Parts: sequence; C-alpha cells; structure tokens
Amino acid sequence: MSVLLASGLTDFLSDAVDPQIQVDAIGLGAVYALMAVGIGLVFGVLRLVNFAYGQLIMAGAFALAYASDRDWPVGIGIALCFGVVLLLSLAMERVVFRPLRSQSGTVMLIATFAISFLLQSIALLWFGPLGKTATSLVQLNRTVSVGGVEIRKITIVAIVTAAVCLALLVVLLGRTSIGLHMRAASMDFTTARLIGVRANLVSGVAVLVSGVLAAVVAVMLTVQYPTVTPTFALQETIIVLAGVVVGGMTRLLPATLGGFLIGYVSGILGGALPTNQSQYLPTFLFGLVILVLLIRPDGLFTRSRGLVERV
Amino acid sequence: MRGVRDIAQLIPPAALVVAAGLVGATFSRSNEIYFINALVMVSVVVALYVFVGNSGVLSFGHISFFAVGLWAAGVLSIPEQEKPATMPYLFDFLSSTTVGNVPSLLIAAAVGGVFAFLVGLPLMRLSGLAAGIATFAVLGITNNILRYYEKIGPGLNTFSSVPETTDLLQASVGALLVIVAAFAYQRSRLGRQLRATREDPAAARAVGVSIYRQRLAAFALSGFLAGFAGGLYVHFLPINVDAVYLDLTFITLAMLVIGGATSLWGAVVGALAVSGLDSVLANAENGIDVLGRTVDVPTGTRIVVVSALMALVLIVRPSGLTGGRELSLRPPRRLRPAASQEAAP
Repeated sequence: MSVLLASGLTDFLSDAVDPQIQVDAIGLGAVYALMAVGIGLVFGVLRLVNFAYGQLIMAGAFALAYASDRDWPVGIGIALCFGVVLLLSLAMERVVFRPLRSQSGTVMLIATFAISFLLQSIALLWFGPLGKTATSLVQLNRTVSVGGVEIRKITIVAIVTAAVCLALLVVLLGRTSIGLHMRAASMDFTTARLIGVRANLVSGVAVLVSGVLAAVVAVMLTVQYPTVTPTFALQETIIVLAGVVVGGMTRLLPATLGGFLIGYVSGILGGALPTNQSQYLPTFLFGLVILVLLIRPDGLFTRSRGLVERV
Repeated sequence: MRGVRDIAQLIPPAALVVAAGLVGATFSRSNEIYFINALVMVSVVVALYVFVGNSGVLSFGHISFFAVGLWAAGVLSIPEQEKPATMPYLFDFLSSTTVGNVPSLLIAAAVGGVFAFLVGLPLMRLSGLAAGIATFAVLGITNNILRYYEKIGPGLNTFSSVPETTDLLQASVGALLVIVAAFAYQRSRLGRQLRATREDPAAARAVGVSIYRQRLAAFALSGFLAGFAGGLYVHFLPINVDAVYLDLTFITLAMLVIGGATSLWGAVVGALAVSGLDSVLANAENGIDVLGRTVDVPTGTRIVVVSALMALVLIVRPSGLTGGRELSLRPPRRLRPAASQEAAP
C-alpha cells in the first residue's frame, strides 16, 4: 500500500514539474489572479463579497458569442463585451450594492447570490441551457513551440494581459488621487468619508475597474471554453473566491496572490493527477483550501495580527 | 409566567405548519406535492436556522448534511432486489441491507449529525469569511464525492424505486418535530449561550462561554436535523446529485434571510413564503386561470421572478419579513406606553 502510494506520488511529482503542465498552470493562475483582483477590489472598498462576479463574465461571454454568431468583426465583439459588462456592473452597483452598503456582510452576500441566480436564469431564458458558441477568437488556441514546449497563444496572451492589467492597477491605486481615495476607503470607509472621500465615486470606480477586469477575463475564457452556457464561469468564481480568502481577503495583494495560487494549483492538479482520480480534483482542491484556512485563517500572505476584540 | 410566554412563541410557527398541512389536504393530488415540498423546505430551513440564526455565522455547508442524510436514507430503503440494477458497485453491507421508512429517517438524521460533528470539530474554530469559505469547501467536496463514488450510492444517476412514503402527514409531522427541536434548543442553556456569543462574542467569552463548543453543538444539531430533512426529501421525489448542490444551498439560505435569520418564526415564514411563490409560478408556467383568462408565462420565468423578488426583499427589508423577531401573541405590556410617548411629539 505504502509502496503504491509512494510510486503514485513520484509519478504525480514528475508530472507536476513537466514544463508543459507548468506553463498551462501559470496561464490559468494569471486568469484567476485577474478575477481575484476584480473580487478583491470591490471587497476592499465595500466589504462586499460579490458572488455575482462570475455572471458578469458570463454576460460578457454571451456578448462575444452573440457577435460571433452574426459574423461581426472581432473588435466589435470585444467592444460589445466590454459595453455589456460595464453597464451591468454599474447597474449592479447602483441598484444593489449602494442601498445595501450599511448592511451586514451576510445580507450583502445573499443579495449578490440572488443577483447571480437572476442573471443566470435570464441567460437560461434567453439562450437556453445549451448556450451559444463564441468562435471568433479560437485561432488563439493554436500553439507555438518554445524550447520543445507547446504553448497555446492564449496562454501567452493571458500572462501578458494579466501583467499589464496589474501594472496599470498599481499605477491607478498608487499614483492617482482616486486611487488614494480608494485605498483610504478600504482602510476605514467612515473616516475616509469624514475627510472628504466621496463614497459613491469611490465605490463606483471600484466596481467599474472590477467590471473592466471581468470583461478581460470573459474574452480570455471564451477562447479556452468557446461554449458559453448560463453557468459559464460559475465554477471558476467559486474557486477564485476560495483562493481570495485563502490568500487574505482584506488586502489586495494577498488576495491576488491567493487567486493566482489557486489557479496554479488547480492547473497542476488537473495536469498531474492520474486520469482515474482527476474527477476528484475539486475534492483535492477544496481539501487544500480547508487545510490552509485552518492553519492560517487570516490568509496565507498576510501578517497575522492576532486580531482579538478587546473590551 | 415568563415560561408560559416563552412556550407561547412556539405556537405561531407550529400553527403555520399545521395550517399549511391542512390547506394542502384540500387540494388535488397533483397540487399536494407543492405543499409537501414546502413542508420539507421548512424542515431544511429550520435546521439551517439552528446554526446560522443562533450563532450569526454563515454556513454554506448545510446542504452537504442534507445530502448525506438523503443518500443514506435513499440507498438503504431501496428494495434489495432493485439495488444491483441501479447501483451495481455498492458496498456489500449497503446492498444487503434494507430498512423501513422510520428507521431510514432516523439513520439519515444520525448520519447528518455525525458528519456535521466531524466536520465541525476543526471548522468551528474559524469565523467570518474563512468559516463561510471552509463550509463551502465542505459542500464542494461532499458533492464531488457523492457524484463519482459509486460504492455509496447511485453516483450521477437519479435515485429510483425509493418508497414514496413522505406524504402530507409525514411532511407535516417531520416539520413539526424539527421546529420543536429547534425551539427546545434555542430556549435551552446551550442555545442561550450561543445566542449570547452572537450578540457580543467578547462579553460572552468574559462570562465563561466557550464559543467553539457552543457553535460545535449547534452545528451538530443542525446537521442532524438537516440529515433528517434529507431523508424526508428522498422519500418524496426522485433526486439526483445536481438537486442537492448550489441551487438548493442558495434557495434555503435565501429563505432564511428573507424570513428573518434570527428567529424561528422568520425561518418558517421565509420557507413557506418563498416556496409558496415558487409553486404559484411553477403552476403559471403550465398556464393558470386568472379572472377567467388563461395566463401562460414562459418556462424559466419562475427563477427570474423568485430571484428578483429575493434581491428586492433584501434591499427594502434587510432584516427579513419578520424583522428577525419571534411573533409574540400578546404585545409586551410595559413597552407600549413608552412607544406611544415616543411617537407623540
């Protein structure tokens, strides 16, 4: 038994260091990191876990599929995708997030649950359970050979896009006054308002930036999974949410790292698990999540402050 | 006197359940199922309330206890000769054992309770978002294993030939039992201690309440009740693994929050209100007569309307329909003059 386990483990490890699997896992991690930023940014400012984030991506993906159905040029499809996602984000902020801003985290989370199911069921009503196919960008799935490793173009695009987006975000948060306001609001919303931070503006910008990231993710995910169904990106959102909490939800950098890490780990597991066990991938992944949460409940990448309320 | 008034708080939720059962009995067989479904939902939501309502900690894991209870009751009550056809890979002791209706419900409850206790042992040390995500992870793991591990159940297939013993009577009695258990718990020493930790964790700890132990006890009890509800459910409808995952988790949590998460009355009202609305809309999808005209709404409208209304209730009334309070049969006497004085100027 132990011999079997050991040989299984060596097989797993030798597969896991395979450069092909490594590259794919990093590509997946890059996409998840972008989603993590989108979720973490809104959480930072509004203290709201946006479960409906995946449905923003789904809406963007449907916009792409709609455009590719009608043979519109790729540029118009992407523009439509951004338009739809940004409009939905702003509507969500205005109609749901803003009125609930003073409510408890539970109420806000359940409200985004409701929005998520609402958008899913509208998509179901509109496009049916089988969904639509977005084909205009599939040529990005072709591979290029780099040093004997077959890399899909989309993997390179994903990694570069993620790096560029994160760099832009660092500039936005660190070098502009609205970024300063957002950082202040995420430290202490009430005090920030007292010294002149405009609450509606800050939360609007946070939601807008997170919407831009959702649209970017929608474009990249439809390349890899061209079939767009109402549950598109749902599983990914759940996994990224777990990753964000594992990394450390209260700060953006740990949240992003957590998103990347969970994408990377699920890429490795997916590539290296033997086929008869690969159906249990969620079990392995969620098991790891629980383990990390038990050891570091405040997050893997945060300095534990031992936060205990004192009376 | 106080004890009497306390017990009186049990009357409204219990009466509502009895009323739902009696009204259901006047309907035709085909419409009765909506009432049975609503009553089973009452059981699940009250089970969820025992932990979430009393502790104030969100749990996404409860449908996993519901699911393991459902699996246990379903697998054990399918007649022996039917098992090889639908579940060929079953463990021997499962395929050679068949139990009756009531024992299967008790086993379902026990399995749910033990599972919740074991899961709670490590997990109840967490709180806040970490606890939420960890319970979600439990749900993901449970669903993943039930889906593919065919030695303990039908895997991806639907449960078939489970005796359909959950009728209106059993569903009502089941819901009543769950409500009484939840009420007894929240009035007990343990329940009061847990509610104290919900209101002020630091103060509760200062007077010697162990948050971990109280949460663990409530978690195990609510897993027990959820497993029982799962047993009721499998004896009612042919179920597959997709029916006990995200959708049910969402809808039961939403029922609790819409009713008002901090009271038993809220849990019952939320469960009945949302399932009632859901049933009316499900009927409308098949076409119903409204004032002599046949209204026929497209299939799928149901979920759109229900989730939109849920969001609306949360925005307009975040503390739920009942405001999270028990329904008191007589208004508190001493508060009344004070309230009118406040309103006067």
